[in-house]
Amino acid sequence: MRVDRKAFLRLTGLSFLALAGKQAIRAVTAAAQSATPQLGPVRRWAMVIDLKKCLQDSGCVRCIEACHAAHNVPDFKDRKHEVKWIWKEPFEHVFPPEGAEYTLAAFRGAPLPVFCNHCDEPPCVRVCPTQATWRRADGIVMMDWHRCIGCRYCVAACPYGSRSFNWLDPRPRIGRLTTDFPTRTRGVVEKCNLCEERLAQGQAPACVAACKEKAMVFGDLEDPDSDVRSLLRTRYAIRRRPELGTRPQIYYLV
Amino acid sequence: MFMFEKAVVGSRRYWTWILCLFAVIGLGLLSYLRQLATGLGITGLSRDVTWGLYIAQFTFFVGVAASAVMVVLPYYLHDYKVFGKITILGEFLAISAVTMCMLFIFVDMGQPSRVLNILRYPTPNSMMFWDMISLSGYLLLNAVISLVSLSAERKTVAPPGWIKPVILVSIPWAISIHTVTAFLYNGLPGRSFWLTAILAPRFLASAFAAGPALLILLCMIMRKVTSFDAGQEPIRKLSVIVTYAMIVNVFFVLMEFFTVFYSRIPEHMEHFRYLFSGLEGHSSLVPWMWTSMALAGLSLVLLIVPRFRRSDPVLAFTCSIVFLSLWIDKGLGLIVGGFVPSPLGVVTSYVPTLPEISITAAVWAVGFLMITVFYKITLSVRESLAG
Amino acid sequence: MRDRGLILGGLLLFLAAITFPIWWDSAARVTSRGPEPVLPANEKSCVAPTAYMRSSHMQLLINWREQVVRNDFRTYTAFNGKTYKMSLTGTCMGCHTDKARFCDRCHNYAGVTVVCWDCHVDPALIRKGAEYARR
Repeated sequence: MRVDRKAFLRLTGLSFLALAGKQAIRAVTAAAQSATPQLGPVRRWAMVIDLKKCLQDSGCVRCIEACHAAHNVPDFKDRKHEVKWIWKEPFEHVFPPEGAEYTLAAFRGAPLPVFCNHCDEPPCVRVCPTQATWRRADGIVMMDWHRCIGCRYCVAACPYGSRSFNWLDPRPRIGRLTTDFPTRTRGVVEKCNLCEERLAQGQAPACVAACKEKAMVFGDLEDPDSDVRSLLRTRYAIRRRPELGTRPQIYYLV
Repeated sequence: MFMFEKAVVGSRRYWTWILCLFAVIGLGLLSYLRQLATGLGITGLSRDVTWGLYIAQFTFFVGVAASAVMVVLPYYLHDYKVFGKITILGEFLAISAVTMCMLFIFVDMGQPSRVLNILRYPTPNSMMFWDMISLSGYLLLNAVISLVSLSAERKTVAPPGWIKPVILVSIPWAISIHTVTAFLYNGLPGRSFWLTAILAPRFLASAFAAGPALLILLCMIMRKVTSFDAGQEPIRKLSVIVTYAMIVNVFFVLMEFFTVFYSRIPEHMEHFRYLFSGLEGHSSLVPWMWTSMALAGLSLVLLIVPRFRRSDPVLAFTCSIVFLSLWIDKGLGLIVGGFVPSPLGVVTSYVPTLPEISITAAVWAVGFLMITVFYKITLSVRESLAG
Repeated sequence: MRDRGLILGGLLLFLAAITFPIWWDSAARVTSRGPEPVLPANEKSCVAPTAYMRSSHMQLLINWREQVVRNDFRTYTAFNGKTYKMSLTGTCMGCHTDKARFCDRCHNYAGVTVVCWDCHVDPALIRKGAEYARR
């Protein structure tokens, strides 16, 4: 059989189209199935932070030390290259509209713990081009460091500044290496993961366990009897920038 | 098939230029290897300002790439014969600009070896996914169009019929590439500097001013150093396009100023304050932004007044300042302004480092190299036809 | 034949370049005995048959990675019915405690660059003391 060049090119082009079509169909159906299968009861994890208790000792950084030690978070002295999962930020930075001249004078400059809000409508998940970050059914916004391409689009999208990029190799800057959790490599974005690896073993997040004032309360919003639900029933809670529609799940009791 | 043999024959001046470009590329490549080994920490980027020179250049050059539509649309859609000789130049400019864009994205990535993850795990809700699709598609479209057009011109036959729909598709596609790029920014709820519906129209207006301005400059350079003369009329018409686009662009910028400073929402004003008067002592971008504004204002005068617009030396100056003004606005002010102040209200300064500038220069040199080679091939084809 | 020297010189250069992978690696590490990974003393069976592990341990690890990271599922039921926790550092390195004398042996022999250890912590780094970790 003699195939002339035109016919050959036509055949090759059609084959590529068919292959691309097959990939596209696979991608679409895979996307439909990519929702995390929920094993066990439906949960929605959230955290309530009682600021009155937390500010009893405003110099305390136990939550930060516990988290960063448990997850091999590097300590870059240069502010430009900082990597932090949880840190203390002045009240006016965390809740800008509240920082009026005379209101809440008690809170001016007060350092509050801030970290990823594990939003219900996370803009970072919306923009990630590879689904290296996604929202689990139980509310945790996860990171897959194997897939992250380091484009930092999620960092741009996060309205809270919760995400850090590894500008340099983190290993030399890790104080005490632990085998409980991998480190990350340079070129990927990281953030608080709500200690999902500890939750899988039935433990509380590291920051919650380390808080000596018991200011950080962690629980399941789907359980009406949980600590978080009863706290939210009795005290007024504020969240960071709720007008943006991100529906953050970290609540602050003032 | 690609007529590259025409690009390796040239004068001493041609080869000096090519060698200079290769030198710049080589130096940038060394810097990039260092960046691969050490990490993006060798740039001036920081936790607060995570996108800088690379992404800003990408944003600017998507506009230049899209501007090819300004010569293609009149010629192919409205049979405007005046642009007949320069549509191919516009298309080649588009190819070079899109390549630069893709290179800028690549050098900005933290894990470039994983770039294919965007295709392995398609994510339709991410604008970056669509950006990759649209840029790749536009590159392919223009490559096919310019190859077929030039081959046909060389054989002195009309191009095949099937190329017409391909060219027509490239027109809305050109608009879409820059719209998608604007969507990267203006869908982010946390970045109030970018959260404006007018961002995409602004991008397009500035693109349609900067791109044709560059094309005019390239035609003038070619008139000086080669035997190719695009002619008086195409350049005149292009300058009219630049005029209108610049008017629209400046108007849009003024709209932004009004919205922000009349509504007086503190968070929105802070970004403009940082750019135009400095915040908390950080004012490195202030002289740049005011220069951009001044150049834009001056260019409007020189463009609108017909006597200045029709004078070639003045037009060359005007196009240069249009390009520079828009490059500062889009290539510097837009990206950094969005990141400062940070979502926590912190002001962080961003100054590109030498390796960062070196890599950027190398990508520029790649673009210039491509343009030089493409235009050399086109000119050689036309010379051999004429002579 | 004109330019005989140049042609032959060029040919030799080409041969050297095209056979580079063979003589560069061979000189360094290939021996007739092959790689000799040191197996763990206590455990006799792995999470999968040895032949499978030898040929496809990377497929298994990628499957574990997807399950743990993306599906929050951590229990692996092995071919012999035993259950393991899917963890490179925890389970694999729990038995294969010496990366340098096990994993690296075959990887170095085959000239394979493995990036797992850029992130996953080799327990040996902890054992050797905190100074080693703070390189």
